[in-house]
Amino acid sequence: MTPLLEIKRVSRFFGGLAAVMDVSFNVNKGEIVGLIGPNGAGKTTLFNVINGFYKPSRGDILFKGQRISGLKPHRICRLGIARTFQVVKPLQRMTVLDNVVASAFLRSDSKREAVKKAEEILEFTGLSSEKDKISKGLPLGMRKRLEIARALATEPELLLLDESFAGLNPTELVQSIEVIKKIKERGITILIIEHHMKVIMSISDRVVVLNYGEKIAEGTPEEVSRDPLVIEAYLGEAPAA
Amino acid sequence: MKRYAPYIIVVLLALLPFSGLSTYMMHIIILMIMWSVIGMAWNLLGGYCGQVSFGHAAFFGVGAYTAGILYFKLGISAWWGIPLSVVVLALEALVIGFICLRLRGPFFALATLAMGEVLRVTAENLRDFTQGTLGILIKERTWVEKTWYYYIILAIAVLTYIVVKKIIESKLGYYFVAIREDQDAAESLGINTTLYKTIALVISAVLTGLAGAFYTNYMGYIDPEVVFALHDISIITIMIVMVGGVATYWGPVVGAGIMVVLAEWIRSLPRIGTAHQTLFGVLLILIIIFLPNGVVGDFSKIKRALGFGRKV
Ligand SMILES: Nc1ncnc2c1ncn2[C@@H]1O[C@H](COP(=O)(O)OP(=O)(O)O)[C@@H](O)[C@H]1O
Ligand SMILES: [Mg+2]
Repeated sequence: MTPLLEIKRVSRFFGGLAAVMDVSFNVNKGEIVGLIGPNGAGKTTLFNVINGFYKPSRGDILFKGQRISGLKPHRICRLGIARTFQVVKPLQRMTVLDNVVASAFLRSDSKREAVKKAEEILEFTGLSSEKDKISKGLPLGMRKRLEIARALATEPELLLLDESFAGLNPTELVQSIEVIKKIKERGITILIIEHHMKVIMSISDRVVVLNYGEKIAEGTPEEVSRDPLVIEAYLGEAPAA
Repeated sequence: MKRYAPYIIVVLLALLPFSGLSTYMMHIIILMIMWSVIGMAWNLLGGYCGQVSFGHAAFFGVGAYTAGILYFKLGISAWWGIPLSVVVLALEALVIGFICLRLRGPFFALATLAMGEVLRVTAENLRDFTQGTLGILIKERTWVEKTWYYYIILAIAVLTYIVVKKIIESKLGYYFVAIREDQDAAESLGINTTLYKTIALVISAVLTGLAGAFYTNYMGYIDPEVVFALHDISIITIMIVMVGGVATYWGPVVGAGIMVVLAEWIRSLPRIGTAHQTLFGVLLILIIIFLPNGVVGDFSKIKRALGFGRKV
């Protein structure tokens, strides 16, 4: 069976800087794959390449066997890849509900259907009580979850989560992990960037490690956490990473 | 009560010509309604979709000249300019959109400003077609009375209001606002931002063009300086919407009322009258400081300042 997502020798340069360098890996249907690495390793850039904001400088990306590199982001979303942003991008002057309705229109035939889907997703992500609030005023934890809700409303097969847990307090963290697990139960495949080592190791089926744009390790959480290259990359950095 | 307000307003407006208003008053009201149309049209693109145009004169002027040239070149009634301008404006907007909509924010605004100016200069120089700065005069006026002009522009305004409202409450409206709030987020949520911005531009341009075609018929004379005016059309349009309330249904209508009255009043002042552009500039600054959401958007604030309408 072909993997859901195939990253084939992808590089992305900014001027002389290789933000992503010759990276290859696959994501299979139903998996949660963790993407980790120190700050500036190229993780977000790789998401931007997958989602179509950037064209790969080299290499190809295949989704369900079809080449998607070079397509516009809205086309890629329609094909079934949704993402969240590390620096959250709520539609500020819209309510929480309207944020999600706007996304739900992608696969709805009527406004009624879009609203119904949106309400269901808000329930699912635990945001129902906030639905009439203007999203601008939400605390960070909620805004991060709104990113997830909005991405889910496009009914993706593959969800790209960019540091959805960063900056959350312990309660919010537990809630968000529950949401991720429930998303997996729905049969949605997840590629997740995360700094919280404990979290990533506990929820991921496999982990891919980037450092200076290059893939330095790939395997189960146990394999990766024993890998000397990974230990060095992390110990070489500030201890808190 | 609030639900019926639009119907009541329309009925009252329909009865207005029977109230014995002077010709001058009817003229002022016709201008208010015409500017409401332009304001509502601009608001769809600038207020809801976030694509701030400084060049709506490009659409008003082409609408006006569509009517004018039909009369002057083909010898048919300038009223045919109203239906024909729909087609002409849609095509024009597609071309302008293709050029300008790839730009974002201030760059889009500047590009539209340039478009308006380019069209003005073009109209001035295509003398065979437009009579240049001489302008086009409609010799046979359809009516001496204002009444029918009033009903025609009122019908266009009601149509515009309904079109804008229906759009904003539909998927298109959600997409427009999403694009305004964050174009990258919108794109990544599956919204074809180029397509939907183009749709907003085309509808906005067509509605503005209708007002332009009406203007030719109503005023009976157009020239490039007037209908492609940067200040007196493009900038005033933005001011109308800002004064009334950006991204509100009634903002452009309220703004048009205020601005038309203000323009008449300022022009009538001895000496100061010639400085009306300066005064408008000052007004705009005051509005931005004290009523950033316009009269409609900050209505509760105004009520509180005047001492009634306690918080409920
Ligand atoms: N648009 C851009 N232009 C120039 N450099 C960029 C751009 N985006 C990212 N970079 C650079 O690419 C590198 C990787 O960044 P990023 O992908 O954000 O890292 P991570 O998400 O792993 O922390 C960084 O050095 C960053 O400065
Ligand atoms: Mg990042």
